[in-house]
Amino acid sequence: MTTALNAKYTFDTFVVGTANRLAVTAGRTVAENPGSAYNPLFIYSGSGLGKTHVLMAIGHAAKKLAPTLNVEYLTLDEYVEAFHAAIAAGQGDAFRRRFQNVDVLLVDDVQFLSNRKEMQSELLRLTEALQGAGHQIVLTSDRPPPEIADLDERLISRLSGGLVVDMGVPDYETRVAILRRKAEERGTSFQPGVLETVAGLEFANVRELMGALNRLVAFQAVNDQPINAEATKQLLSAAAAAARAAAPVAPGVSSGSGDEFGAFLADVTVTVGKAVEAWRARVGEAVLRWRGEGYRTHRLERLLEQETPPAVDEAIAEFVEDVERLKALETEVGQLDPQASGESVFRDPERMSEAEEAAAQVRAGVAPPPGPSGAFPLVGYAVGSSNEVAVSAVRAVLDQPGKKYNPLVLVGKSGLGKTHLLNALGLELARANGAVVACLSTQAFIDELIAAIDGNRVDWWRARYRRATALLLDDIHLIAGKERTQEELFNLFNLLQDRERQLAFTAPAHPNTLTGIEERVVSRLEGGLVAELKEPDRAVKRAVLERLLAGQNVTPEPALLDYLADRPTDSVRSLVGVAQRVVGAAAAEDVPLTAGLAREVLEGQAPREARRSSGFRTSGIVVSSLGGIKSREKMVWDWPEVADRLIEELR
Amino acid sequence: MSLVNFTTREITCKIVYYGPGRSGKTTNLHYIYGRVPDSRRGRMVSLATQTDRTLFFDFLPIDLGQISGFNTRFQLYTVPGQVYYNATRRLVLQGADGVVFVADSQARQLDENLESLQNLQSNLLEHGVDIRTMPLVLQYNKQDLPRELILSTADLDDALNFRGVASFSADALHGVGVFETLKGVSEMVLKRLAAGSTA
Repeated sequence: MTTALNAKYTFDTFVVGTANRLAVTAGRTVAENPGSAYNPLFIYSGSGLGKTHVLMAIGHAAKKLAPTLNVEYLTLDEYVEAFHAAIAAGQGDAFRRRFQNVDVLLVDDVQFLSNRKEMQSELLRLTEALQGAGHQIVLTSDRPPPEIADLDERLISRLSGGLVVDMGVPDYETRVAILRRKAEERGTSFQPGVLETVAGLEFANVRELMGALNRLVAFQAVNDQPINAEATKQLLSAAAAAARAAAPVAPGVSSGSGDEFGAFLADVTVTVGKAVEAWRARVGEAVLRWRGEGYRTHRLERLLEQETPPAVDEAIAEFVEDVERLKALETEVGQLDPQASGESVFRDPERMSEAEEAAAQVRAGVAPPPGPSGAFPLVGYAVGSSNEVAVSAVRAVLDQPGKKYNPLVLVGKSGLGKTHLLNALGLELARANGAVVACLSTQAFIDELIAAIDGNRVDWWRARYRRATALLLDDIHLIAGKERTQEELFNLFNLLQDRERQLAFTAPAHPNTLTGIEERVVSRLEGGLVAELKEPDRAVKRAVLERLLAGQNVTPEPALLDYLADRPTDSVRSLVGVAQRVVGAAAAEDVPLTAGLAREVLEGQAPREARRSSGFRTSGIVVSSLGGIKSREKMVWDWPEVADRLIEELR
Repeated sequence: MSLVNFTTREITCKIVYYGPGRSGKTTNLHYIYGRVPDSRRGRMVSLATQTDRTLFFDFLPIDLGQISGFNTRFQLYTVPGQVYYNATRRLVLQGADGVVFVADSQARQLDENLESLQNLQSNLLEHGVDIRTMPLVLQYNKQDLPRELILSTADLDDALNFRGVASFSADALHGVGVFETLKGVSEMVLKRLAAGSTA
């Protein structure tokens, strides 16, 4: 996967001029002190100005100083491919570990990160990890980080956080120096003034300069006579004019020298150039154009390899048609799911059917993530001193979703109304225009992810949640020990928070007391507001009872309400359970609902059948997935009769 | 034989010098051989009789090097001119990309020229090739001979060039017109690269 460093690309072979001195100095410094000087080091310059050379030179120099260093060079494309291959093989984590162990990572051509959100977050993670571990990362690009289209802000700031240096076009002196060095390397000597003439000509970059030098070397070798400055100028300017026809030797240069073969060769060259280029040029043009737009052009490139000249124009037309179709698909998909639109399948006309399939999948997947339950409206939420902090926090969130308390974590023991409040928040948020509120239990979230992994559609799953304008997860402590879910949640969290989308969670206790959750997730949970719900106060209890009884068309006497509200209860849910028992008893015995009855039911012998029919989770053993949670509600208060238990066990 | 191999990125042109006996086909090749730098030419294979008549054929490979990314080679062949070597001629003609018909400009050789031209047409036909589709140029050789012995290029055009192909006046012994002829046929051959690809 990793490309070996080209042995020729060292600092010794790099000609330093004013335009690139800073980059080279920074590169040397980095090679001498990997991870401590400039990290990351970001080098950018136009094409052919020596980025790759410097990058590899850093690798060589670092390796020379410390041969045990683990130095890796690769282009971004190689990295992306390797990443995709690793993910496809289910080795994503191994892949990450492997790169996190690299001491000096050299990544070439990172400008291709445009429109690759997934890779951006992957690179961001890698950069963070490498920096955290004191490992060096050096990147090159043809433009500075802020100018790379569609690059994540965090990545921009991360990449700009070390040193960003550019390399310009070498000046005349440097050009002469480069030419002399290269001519020497080739063992060719030129008449005085020749190299100066070449250096004086306009070349956009060093690579073209090398091309010119190569032409001179070839010309001298063919003609067995040294070229002079004047002929150089002619040759190179003529060549520059003919460059579009890709003619390596300019026509007419050697004519009149009595060299019939040379003239013949020049003519044939032009003819071949024209003949071969005529159709190759059309294909090449198409390749360049579509590759420039980010499409894979293997199909066109294969045309060039064919034995018999193919029906080029038809093939190109067909290709264009496919690309247009891909564009249409991508646009459609982009509207449904911006994340999925960046997928490579929409850039490869050879995988039309896959693209269609992916688009269909996205179309099917636009079903929004699970929303809040309508059974928990905010208006039905009883407020008292015990929960007013949490309720006011929810109201503040509703005022400014995503801006004020993000994330909002509601903590409290079971049965205090966290789920109700969370769903209520979700319902209110969902009223906004275009709101997509994901509100579900953490267990459902985990199950969905597992199903997605199983069905190989994690991207789709991610996209679904990334569309959410709010993410509300109930019982967040259930992600304890679920590494992958934590990882996904972490990324989703960052993404949503970045976009100022509201996040809210419920937990049985303060996040920092939860075990089995990664530090980074915990710290993010703590980053907003942690609002606690306490055991219900009298006002809450009364309100709950009134609503409950009113909902069952029972008019209670005030003494009953007072009696029930004054009874010690540790959660709303158990209060409801108690009230249900009283109501059930009254119904069973067909007597009015009074405080006296309640007292008899609750303090005397409880009518067994009535209690059983309550259907509320007021007793019995509830196994929490988190062993550490001490909820009084989950303790067994009223042990059933021994006979009952035996029957239960027999069932 | 394919002219362009895009897989190995090679262009190989087979050009056959055709014409009646003693019209100067081998002389053309010798002149070219003398002008091509050592590094560019292969060994010229010449199977000649003791009296220097071509017995079988001459073969001169020329390496033009990288052109537009293609390793370009020319293979120049001559056929034996004598009537009784027709089997050899047909063999050499196989897979030719282009033909140079070297005509003897001497007035008394006109019939031989015509006969050879007809022979070329029929031999090509044997290979299933229509002469009208074959890149062909005419070379009127020996134009250096005294005026009274030869036909002018205009006369020869009238007599031989009824297809209106490119014709070149030449004095192969001294190299006049040799490379022009080669260039002429090469361009025709190479232009088919473009034509063939768009078909």
